[in-house]
Amino acid sequence: MEQLIRQVMEDVGFIMPQIQLTLFACGILLMDFLLERRHKYLNAITALMGIGFSGFALWRVRGYERLAFNGLVVVDPFFIFFGFLFLLATALVILMSIKYLEVEAEQEGEYYALILFATVGMMFLAGGTDLITIFIGLELMALCFYLLAGFLRRDRRSNEAAIKYLLLGVFSTGILAYGFSLLYGVSGSTNIYRIADAVGQRGLDDPLVFVAMVAVAAGLFFKVAAVPFHQWAPDVYEGAPTPITAYVSVASKAAAFALLLRLFLIPLGPLRANWEDLVAVVAVATMTIGNLAALNQDNVKRLLAYSSIGHVGYILLGLVAGNETGRTGILVYLLAYAVMTLGAFAVITGMRRSNLIGDRLDDLRGLISKNPVPAVMMLVFLLSLTGIPPTVGFYGKYFIFLSLIETGHYFLVVFAALYVVVALYYYFRIVVMMFMQDAREPGRMTLSPGLTAALVITLLLTLIPGLYPEPMIALARFSILP
Amino acid sequence: MDYFRDTILNWVLFVPLVGALVLLAIPGDRKNLIRWVANLFAFAGLLVALPLVAWYDKTEAGFQFTIAKDWIPSIGASYRVGIDGISFLLVMLTVVLGFIAILSSWSFIQKRVKEYYIMFLVLQVGMLGVFMALDFFLFYVFWEVMLVPMYFIIGIWGHERKLYAAIKFFLYTLLGSVLMLLGILGLYFFHSGLHAAGAACPAIDAAGHAIDTFSIPVYLELGKVLPVPWQVWIFWAFFISFAIKVPMVPFHTWLPDAHVEAPTAGSVILAGVLLKMGTYGLMRFSLPIFPDATRMYAPYLAVLSIIAIIYGALVCMMQKDMKRLIAYSSVSHLGFVTLGIFMLNHTALSGSLLQQVNHGISTGALFLIVGLLYERRHTREIAQFGGLATPMPIFATLYMIISLASMGMPLLNGFIGEVTILIGTFQVNKVWAGFAVVGIVLAAAYLLWLYQRVMWGEVTNPANKGLRDVNLREAVTLVPLVLWCFWIGVYPKPYFEVLDKPIALLVQRVEVAQPAMPVAVTLPETEEETPSEP
Repeated sequence: MEQLIRQVMEDVGFIMPQIQLTLFACGILLMDFLLERRHKYLNAITALMGIGFSGFALWRVRGYERLAFNGLVVVDPFFIFFGFLFLLATALVILMSIKYLEVEAEQEGEYYALILFATVGMMFLAGGTDLITIFIGLELMALCFYLLAGFLRRDRRSNEAAIKYLLLGVFSTGILAYGFSLLYGVSGSTNIYRIADAVGQRGLDDPLVFVAMVAVAAGLFFKVAAVPFHQWAPDVYEGAPTPITAYVSVASKAAAFALLLRLFLIPLGPLRANWEDLVAVVAVATMTIGNLAALNQDNVKRLLAYSSIGHVGYILLGLVAGNETGRTGILVYLLAYAVMTLGAFAVITGMRRSNLIGDRLDDLRGLISKNPVPAVMMLVFLLSLTGIPPTVGFYGKYFIFLSLIETGHYFLVVFAALYVVVALYYYFRIVVMMFMQDAREPGRMTLSPGLTAALVITLLLTLIPGLYPEPMIALARFSILP
Repeated sequence: MDYFRDTILNWVLFVPLVGALVLLAIPGDRKNLIRWVANLFAFAGLLVALPLVAWYDKTEAGFQFTIAKDWIPSIGASYRVGIDGISFLLVMLTVVLGFIAILSSWSFIQKRVKEYYIMFLVLQVGMLGVFMALDFFLFYVFWEVMLVPMYFIIGIWGHERKLYAAIKFFLYTLLGSVLMLLGILGLYFFHSGLHAAGAACPAIDAAGHAIDTFSIPVYLELGKVLPVPWQVWIFWAFFISFAIKVPMVPFHTWLPDAHVEAPTAGSVILAGVLLKMGTYGLMRFSLPIFPDATRMYAPYLAVLSIIAIIYGALVCMMQKDMKRLIAYSSVSHLGFVTLGIFMLNHTALSGSLLQQVNHGISTGALFLIVGLLYERRHTREIAQFGGLATPMPIFATLYMIISLASMGMPLLNGFIGEVTILIGTFQVNKVWAGFAVVGIVLAAAYLLWLYQRVMWGEVTNPANKGLRDVNLREAVTLVPLVLWCFWIGVYPKPYFEVLDKPIALLVQRVEVAQPAMPVAVTLPETEEETPSEP
């Protein structure tokens, strides 16, 4: 008994980051009652403090590589990498949100609490080694996101986004749960390492295993918005509050990829020969649909939504290659994608004023003459999204391309490279609007301190690793799954 | 002084960048201050490059003034710059034309002055970097970086159809560069495969360590061991990129749009320097790294070059717009350059490189001339002019010399370049040389006809009566180019001396036969074995 308690106490240390976040989220919900309406922004500061504490807890468990709670969760460099990525994204989203909620007159404590709860869910997704943990983490994250997407109660688009997200999300979770149940049926265990053994013994030709794999893959493709399960993304992106759009497209996608990588490489790892072609086809289709559909969008949020579908295709290609370079590339790509996408959405968030939603392409007209600094920042983010060096976005593509060449996927790599040219075209439609069209109506955007901080952080994280990527590459190499 | 000498390429490369950063700090409404600062930094960029002329060692075939610093050790990329005879001439061309182009923009650019000069200085850094880089990763970074400012220069300060021209330029070039990136990655993979296979290839560094590297001097030796199928695929990946940039004939359609819509200085740099990146790439990379593929395809590419020469010239005859005419003349002239490259002999290659410099000077000057007229009359239509020699005598003289230089008149630069290329071509194939000569005749026809329609006869259009002759600033942009034309035309010996050793090394690398390779290399994951004959 005493030993059990000692064991639990020790293990608690490994989920301290999640505990910290949960405590602060609950704290926000309690404190929210005591705050006057004009002081509600203090909730954001509490949330940021929570992230700080959680980050410190995460820092304390760095370098460990062990299972906790009888194999329910794991602490390994992969988890630490994603944990920091989630915290970074969450902090930036909170910084972006303060002013935005003020303008929307929706400054509520729940908002920040929900964001923190979602982060807890993501961390359990990235660190879960048991189907139960994973599923609970997934649901926790998803439920928070359904609420956040519909947070602007008075806005029809926001409501539509929430309903769509909820229905399709639940549907996809159902498929995933079905796949999980089959995996359990095959192996008699919910632990992913035991499942890996069982699946390995069953072999490639077992129809049950195949169906389980397809169901799990379909559920995961839904979460990362890969074709043909991508339709929810543009509508949700367009309707959700802009900071939440950024959050969904960055953090939830990164979390889904953390899960996808862990599941494909560990329990489904023995089935590589079965899923490699499947993932390759999905990746090419995703790049194609995402990039081509982005070409004629007139709403920047929708454009970025489709382009993010395109990015998913690139990341999946890293999984197809699957060697060390490819897995490094996925992490580098996700990191790069997170900072540059958050930066781009931060600029769009800044466009929101009392009389202007600011997400139409036309709203950016002549931004350079009114607000040169955000316009140039946006240019940097867009160049990075395209993959032009020396920005961080280039290195993601560099590693993915190199891994495909190393593993002999020449056809795929040419495909992937050519879509960079397509991507340039639609990203530069934004640039043309900002730099080469005259502004129609006056009115500068006002940058709140929070938004400025978010912009500066994302800009530095786009440029500095772009010019000197060594630490980032070393970090990604250290953090890959074996 | 020693410190300066050791780091001179850094100075040449980064003085324009410092200029751009300084401009960033100046408020945008102080237009004249901005102009002065930009011109001073462009001039300083020229000044710091001048010692290269004195210090350059003609007896050395390899790279000189090299600087190497670790940059991304985990993937083997480093900051490594250096120049040999080939890049030396192009670097000098770039600093001179860059300064002249910036000077020529003084009165033409009136809106968004600050952004313009920042873009131009950044462009200058990108171009110099491309010519100096001795690391493929670095090379690729500069190659891409340079696209962005050029895009903005065309897209913001260009003429009526600027948006279309700008994005077309960017898309075409990016299409080429992503393919080149794949080619570079292919070489990189091959090179690490050599180490993994434990092959004793000449690409291992002096200490014999197995290292991942993007170092260009190492890759230049790969031609000896790269199996033919690899050569073919990677050759095409590089070739498409360079051919778009040159542009060679089916890839040339972006050029007329970009040149015509760009502001004057943009056209000068586009024609004078940017196009040379393609030919530079062919000479620097395609020939030595893929010698077998090059020899295999050289005849076809030579025919493509001849088609470019004649097609470009014929299209010139039909143009109504001065700038479009000169743009198409670039297609024709660059045809000579690529013809010289694919003859693969010493004479033609030297001529080809000299012709790149010549084309930069004379076509750059021709675009300046069109720009001068455009500033005065706001039109480029040939029919609007006529008899301009009467109000503008000095201008007429300068324009005449430049036209003659461009068409290949003896005593002027174009003659030396074209004749050397033709001699080299003659050694390989007499029919090709014959067709190329047709191109020279046509060049004389369209350039002189243009001159005749614009400058001679009575002043028919009253708007042309009171045109102002060139002012001092404009003279400063044109006269040095004219003098340079004469220098190359009368005394080209120093140029050929500079080129002699590097070109000899290049020819030796192209001619190295695959069977002469030192070891048989087995590559991971490929079944090809390099053919080895006893």
